[in-house]
Amino acid sequence: MSGRYVGQSVSRNEDARLLTGHALFVDDVRLDGMLHVAFVRSDHAHAILNSVDVSAALERPGVVAVYTAADLGDYWRPGPLLVPPPPIEGIVFNQATQVPLAKDRLRHAGEPIAMVVAESRYIAEDALADIFVDAEPLDAVADLEAALGPDAPIIHPQLGTNLAAHVVQRHGDYEAAKQGAAVVVSRRFHYDRGASAPIENRAVAARWDAQAQEMTIWDTTQAPIPIRNGLASMLGLMQSQVRVVAPFVGGGFGPKIMMFYPEEVLVPWVAMKLGRPVKWTEDRQENFYATTQERGQVHDAEMAVDADGRILGVRDSFFHDTGAYDPYGLTVPINSQCTLLGPYDVPNYEAEFRAVFTNRITVTPVRGAGRQHGVFVMERLLDLAARELGLSAAEIRRRNYIVQDDFPHDHKILFQDFQPLVYDSGNYRPALESALELIGWDAFPAEKAAAAAEGRRLGIGVVSYVEGTGIGPYEGARVTVEPNGRVRVATGLGTQGQGHYTAFAQIVAEALDVDVASVNVVTGDTREFNWGTGTFASRGAVVAGSACHAAAMKVREKVIEVSARVLNVNEGEIELSNGTARVRSAPERSITLGDLAMRANPLRGAVAPGTEPGLECTAYFGPDRGSTASGVHAVVVEVDAETAMAKFLRYVVVHDCGKLINPMLVEGQVQGGVAQGIGNAWFEKLVYDDNGQLMNASFADYLLPTSMDVPDVIMAHRETPAPMNTLGLKGVGEAGCIPTGAVFAQALEDALSDYDFEVTEIPLSPNQLFELLRKAPRRAANPNPGTEAHA
Amino acid sequence: MPSSVPISVTVNGSSYDREVEARLLLSDFLRGELGLTGTHVGCEHGVCGACTVLMDGQAVRSCLVFAVQADGAELQTVESLAASEDQLHPLQTAFRDAHGLQCGFCTPGILMTMVPFLEQNPHPTEDEVRLAISGNLCRCTGYANIVRAVMLAAERARGGPGDAQSIEPRGVPHSQEAH
Repeated sequence: MSGRYVGQSVSRNEDARLLTGHALFVDDVRLDGMLHVAFVRSDHAHAILNSVDVSAALERPGVVAVYTAADLGDYWRPGPLLVPPPPIEGIVFNQATQVPLAKDRLRHAGEPIAMVVAESRYIAEDALADIFVDAEPLDAVADLEAALGPDAPIIHPQLGTNLAAHVVQRHGDYEAAKQGAAVVVSRRFHYDRGASAPIENRAVAARWDAQAQEMTIWDTTQAPIPIRNGLASMLGLMQSQVRVVAPFVGGGFGPKIMMFYPEEVLVPWVAMKLGRPVKWTEDRQENFYATTQERGQVHDAEMAVDADGRILGVRDSFFHDTGAYDPYGLTVPINSQCTLLGPYDVPNYEAEFRAVFTNRITVTPVRGAGRQHGVFVMERLLDLAARELGLSAAEIRRRNYIVQDDFPHDHKILFQDFQPLVYDSGNYRPALESALELIGWDAFPAEKAAAAAEGRRLGIGVVSYVEGTGIGPYEGARVTVEPNGRVRVATGLGTQGQGHYTAFAQIVAEALDVDVASVNVVTGDTREFNWGTGTFASRGAVVAGSACHAAAMKVREKVIEVSARVLNVNEGEIELSNGTARVRSAPERSITLGDLAMRANPLRGAVAPGTEPGLECTAYFGPDRGSTASGVHAVVVEVDAETAMAKFLRYVVVHDCGKLINPMLVEGQVQGGVAQGIGNAWFEKLVYDDNGQLMNASFADYLLPTSMDVPDVIMAHRETPAPMNTLGLKGVGEAGCIPTGAVFAQALEDALSDYDFEVTEIPLSPNQLFELLRKAPRRAANPNPGTEAHA
Repeated sequence: MPSSVPISVTVNGSSYDREVEARLLLSDFLRGELGLTGTHVGCEHGVCGACTVLMDGQAVRSCLVFAVQADGAELQTVESLAASEDQLHPLQTAFRDAHGLQCGFCTPGILMTMVPFLEQNPHPTEDEVRLAISGNLCRCTGYANIVRAVMLAAERARGGPGDAQSIEPRGVPHSQEAH
């Protein structure tokens, strides 16, 4: 339904509030009598916690209370398992979820031990130095493989092992398929951790209104409704007594969905206990230690191809670092296992992983959520096989895409939503050809040779990926025409900059034929909408957007029905136009939607049996499965072999997220995703030492890409509509960052083809690339750079 | 309790006399004492630039300035730019038109960095704009549209066409497929 509003680059309804500084973020919440919180956190990655002496802190003027685990009584309990293990035969899953305050053991540096509540944050932080923590350090587990060794210290003694999970999924018979292979390539690949690093750190504020018996919690969460439900249960309240507001949130990227962060559990409890509003705002250093992270995996992978380069099968076995706890279940490693298959026809797949507890910060999804790792492994294996066979990077991909008449395509394994990994739709090869054209693939050998003549090294890369998006269970929306003619839309998910206030408004505006600016969307307030799950897995626009559409279409029906009655014509005679309902054959006979809303709710006779007052409808959307977005990234990089500095000269993304609601917003998501992908590939690595200590926990030491590092991405859209929803939508939130490491690796190797080296790890850095090159034997230089296999 | 120091500041044209602790950061003073929460705090170590405000016309990181250091100074925060949400500053309008913000958390700091930049350099090149915002971190946008927004504002200030698409059109091929 490309239309008047849907499919258009409409500017955002939310921007004026953000640009003027009027938008409310959680740390902006200021309430009379508000108290402030700071946490004592573990210095040790692994230790026995003997005792905590808070007596000196309590004597400090301005300190109101200090709590340790012992003070929490029955309220102290491990968090819930957010995602249970999927029903895969033979699965092993060992559950160990985080606790509000450490009781007798410290399992990662930064784990909270005590909470200080004071009249100001300054005083609360002063008091941290008054608290004496008696802890006995233990050997830490930092290495994934060593964690499973016989001598490894056990992080959760009740489990007796550091194994968090073991999962095998397979289809076909890889070993048999391998027998017929012309080429078998195998390697070990490392993918290490990065930070989500939203510019807004996390924050929680809470107010208990004893008179109204109501709890209000402002929380930088991506999932306000599950947080509300969980906290109500923990606090012994009805869900209707608890209001969770996720107002404007300054970037989410995954880690702002957790159940629960210790601070989320503790701040409301303290507000209730002390009868005063309480706020905690994470500082940047805490964000490095207290907010979840992702990406530690080590893969041993193998691919068998025939003489034409067609994939006969893939085998992959990997270790997944789940950190100190595993509250998010297996979402990340299952995503890795599934997304590895990419847009390719892989007839035989044997995939195994072991999730491992380490004394590092807990792992939950970060934008991409495991998909990067799988894509990196698969694309690297294809590159290796192509090299063996003398095929170009483009050609080996071309030969292996799932063809267009093979949809839905069943990979015969389970995805993160527990549904079979079935791709609903896709059309991969045209995206590749488009990307090759935009990057200048055919002309590149000449470009490379010309650059080489000037002493410059250029390299080109092209990779593909898919992104499972828009999974269930469901979202809902309520659409109301107000008597002033404005339209109100409420949904249950949270928003962190994606533009939901505008995209959902466009969908509703299209259905009702009203101006987009006259549609007020509210997200992230449980008082406004009672049902939903949250913003994750690139599902907001797909699932909540479809619910908005369904609700708006119901309102449309009602508008037609009521206006036909008011205008005394048949319903078929009514058309909607610019905020009015009118008679098609006599457009001067019309009524505005606002007036109609009043007529639909008169003081007498509003509700006949079987009808409801007003112009308001609620609808839900729950897809059976997600919809599979896909795309191709292509880059040209320039590398200086002496300094190991690399720069992206051109970056092309051709992607397919089904029907576009707002191309401008989609392009923004892709450009921003690419920036995070570049950070992940080239700048950002959380460096832990062997003791599990994080060595670069500041923005001075952990480098985010700046405006000097991110190129202006050249984009093309393809629209293969998803059959899973009426609007044909697929998600796009993670597309920009998923294949960046893979395409960068390929381009580096191309630029440095006279060095005998391979990129088998991400993140890289100039330092690490320098080391790789220093150790690499030189090949005989190609006398004619640019003549490598390239078609 | 640490002793307090009297300060007088002018913020967005209004005068304030306050007693503050010597250690109070200017960012916390603006947000906590004056309720001007449009200035955002992202790192508190001077890297991200979210807390940038103007002090006597110069962009400063308010997390690296103590409130007492601002005694006698004239300060401007993001709240000073627009009379209302319907009357945005031209730079704010350009950010909206060019989709130069997503979550909007870093935006006040970027606006307060770019306002004096454009005053000093009304005809910037794209490279100059990129350099000028390189001290402000944005995690959402990937910067391209921020650069585009600043170029658009500069072009409009010169009386240019002022169309968001006029700034370096991306030339997005668009194909639809029957399925």
